[in-house]
Amino acid sequence: MQVLLYTILTLCALGILAAVVLYFVAQKFRVEEDPRIDEVEKMLPGANCGGCGFAGCRGMADALVKRDDISELFCPVGGGDCMKAIAAYLGKAAAEKQPEVATVRCGGTCEKRPRTNDYNGVRSCAVASSLYVGETACAFGCLGFGDCVVACAFDAIHINPATGLPEVDPEKCTACGACVKACPRMIIELRKKWPKNRAVYVSCVSKDKGAAVMKACKAGCIGCGKCEKVCAFGAITVENNLAYIDPQKCKLCRKCVNECPTGAIRLVGMDPLPREPKAPAAPKTAPAAQTATPAAAKEPVKEAPKAAAAVKPEAPKAVEASESKQTAAPVEKS
Amino acid sequence: MKTFPMGGVHPSENKLSGAKPIEVLPLPDVVTIPLAQHIGAPAVAKVAKGDKVLTGQLLAEAASFMSANIHAPISGTVTAVDLQPNGQGLRQMMITIKREGDEWAESIDRSETLVRECALSAQEIIARIKDAGIVGMGGATFPTHVKLSIPPGKKAECVIINGVECEPYLTSDHRTMLEHGEELVVGVTILMKAVGVSKAYIGIENNKPDAIAHLRGIVRNYPGIEVVPLQVKYPQGGEKQLIAAVTGRQVPPPPALPIDVGAVVCNASTTYAVYRAVQKRMPLIERVVTVTGKKLKNPRNLLTRMGTPITTLLEAAGGLPDGDCKVLNGGPMMGRAMVQLASPVTKGCSGITVLSGRDAVRRTAQQCIKCAKCVSACPMGLEPYFLSKMTQKKNWDEIESRMITSCIECGSCQATCPAYLPLLDWIRLGKQTVMGRIRARAAAAKK
Repeated sequence: MQVLLYTILTLCALGILAAVVLYFVAQKFRVEEDPRIDEVEKMLPGANCGGCGFAGCRGMADALVKRDDISELFCPVGGGDCMKAIAAYLGKAAAEKQPEVATVRCGGTCEKRPRTNDYNGVRSCAVASSLYVGETACAFGCLGFGDCVVACAFDAIHINPATGLPEVDPEKCTACGACVKACPRMIIELRKKWPKNRAVYVSCVSKDKGAAVMKACKAGCIGCGKCEKVCAFGAITVENNLAYIDPQKCKLCRKCVNECPTGAIRLVGMDPLPREPKAPAAPKTAPAAQTATPAAAKEPVKEAPKAAAAVKPEAPKAVEASESKQTAAPVEKS
Repeated sequence: MKTFPMGGVHPSENKLSGAKPIEVLPLPDVVTIPLAQHIGAPAVAKVAKGDKVLTGQLLAEAASFMSANIHAPISGTVTAVDLQPNGQGLRQMMITIKREGDEWAESIDRSETLVRECALSAQEIIARIKDAGIVGMGGATFPTHVKLSIPPGKKAECVIINGVECEPYLTSDHRTMLEHGEELVVGVTILMKAVGVSKAYIGIENNKPDAIAHLRGIVRNYPGIEVVPLQVKYPQGGEKQLIAAVTGRQVPPPPALPIDVGAVVCNASTTYAVYRAVQKRMPLIERVVTVTGKKLKNPRNLLTRMGTPITTLLEAAGGLPDGDCKVLNGGPMMGRAMVQLASPVTKGCSGITVLSGRDAVRRTAQQCIKCAKCVSACPMGLEPYFLSKMTQKKNWDEIESRMITSCIECGSCQATCPAYLPLLDWIRLGKQTVMGRIRARAAAAKK
């Protein structure tokens, strides 16, 4: 009984002693931290995605509080509103960035880009691209093993089994850029997010010459330059056999979409422009169509920004597809 | 009998073409010559579209010290200098030549007479090897003149000739040793002179008793050269493994090189090419390629000009078998699967292996059962399961500290894994990433 009593008493004494020591140590070595860091961290979305360039939201909050100039810091997940609120709280000027969305720039679906071999190594784009060209003949296109899907912390990107390509859910995408970094082929780009998720972009990153692209994929950019000629805003540049639409200059006029012979320019969230009446005959005489376009282009383009909002349901998609196949032939020869 | 001390596996040998003599493949009508056939900077093209070239003429010049010349394997007209898909389908700069007749550059001695004496100095020998564009023909394609230029402060003690050919199926070195033994031994004396040593070993695995006996008969007349029979074990043909097997010395981890233990290693086919380059001024424009596979009608050893399409070789061996198959550039252990069979034979292409049926498909990977067989099999003493796992977790610092850069990518771990885990796929990715990080750090430090 006495042993038990002594044990308990000794333990209690040790506990009290430790508490006293710990109290003074804690006082002595207390880390002074700005309480605003905690507050700012609470205002951030808490996704810890790394999209801001810091390891997590705590790092970002720390930088926001400590730096005088926070114009270079931006949380893509929280977006402009979140940054404004934080800037108001801290009394600093916030960075302003337009909303962006991840865009997969490859249109090589299973039917448009035939398989040339079977891969049965690790199901990872990084591994496959370090080994070889991939299951198709295109050295630039999507490998389809879904490294971007694994990288996404917001469940916003998924492989569509029908096309074999990743698809981004614009509602869930926060433009954190994790998929952009994960893609070894650099196919995914953060592009300006239009209202109602509208978009016009070149859905191809192949820098091969036209003939090689056509051999590997029916939906690739062959670098013909028709879109560059038709664009009234100078938004399209063709470099290394590849067209690129600058999202800052593009006004969604959609002229280029009809002009593209392979359908590499993708239109999302809008109906295509109705084709001019002579359009069905035009593909057979490609040179004539080319000379006609620059003159004809100017007038409708000026109206285009207004027309962009209008919905025109009378242009069925099937027609567009069949026409683009016809136009493809003469371009391949040239 | 000697062998290397750590790890190793015993894959089935399948040397189907070991008894087949080297045959000469007819000249191809069109060749495509990649500018990057070696480790280091790609060569710089010296010809343009429309130029006429003679066989053996310089096509592309070494871009730096760590690079190699490339010569025309046939005579004819250059029809293109552009990007073409290589065996893996990736775009590479290549020169295309259409054949017209068979005219040779004048400086080349095409006679078969054996020239034993070499009066050149070490520098002259190395210069001739550099001119001829000789690179390691076992597969690593390291420029031979770089290997022979001993860095200041280091000293070579012996030359080791790699006649191991531990890779299953391949027999090109074996046949070269049998059919060009005397020339090869003269090549060894030239290499000894180039690096200033009086001792050379020719390491040959014990599954080639005819080559061992043949070369032993020849080296009797050449002082300082010794044939060393070795136990059969993969990857004995790895440079570091061979040094350990022959001399018992361990090459320290990177950045140490074989020269740090006084050894200069050269492949048997390369040694024969060195003989031809120095004594006959023959550039490296042809090599022996083993075309093999269990289902092939006629596995053979073909003397092939560089740039010949692989399809031509496969046709010469009886065409591809029916059904799905996997065509490898190299042997089954280290060879790379090809998707473009129209791609050319290059300096490092020692064989074309066609795997079919069950051999062609990987088995489904299962869970790691922590048996540690990969650790026992690793000839470099690494932990393959760990490196593979940490690569998947992108823990680059960890794998760097665990010496992933020492990995020789021999595939012993993957071959021995009872769960069929794709260990090497991941390790290769991790190694590439770590190498990239080391290069980036070095570049940042320079600034």
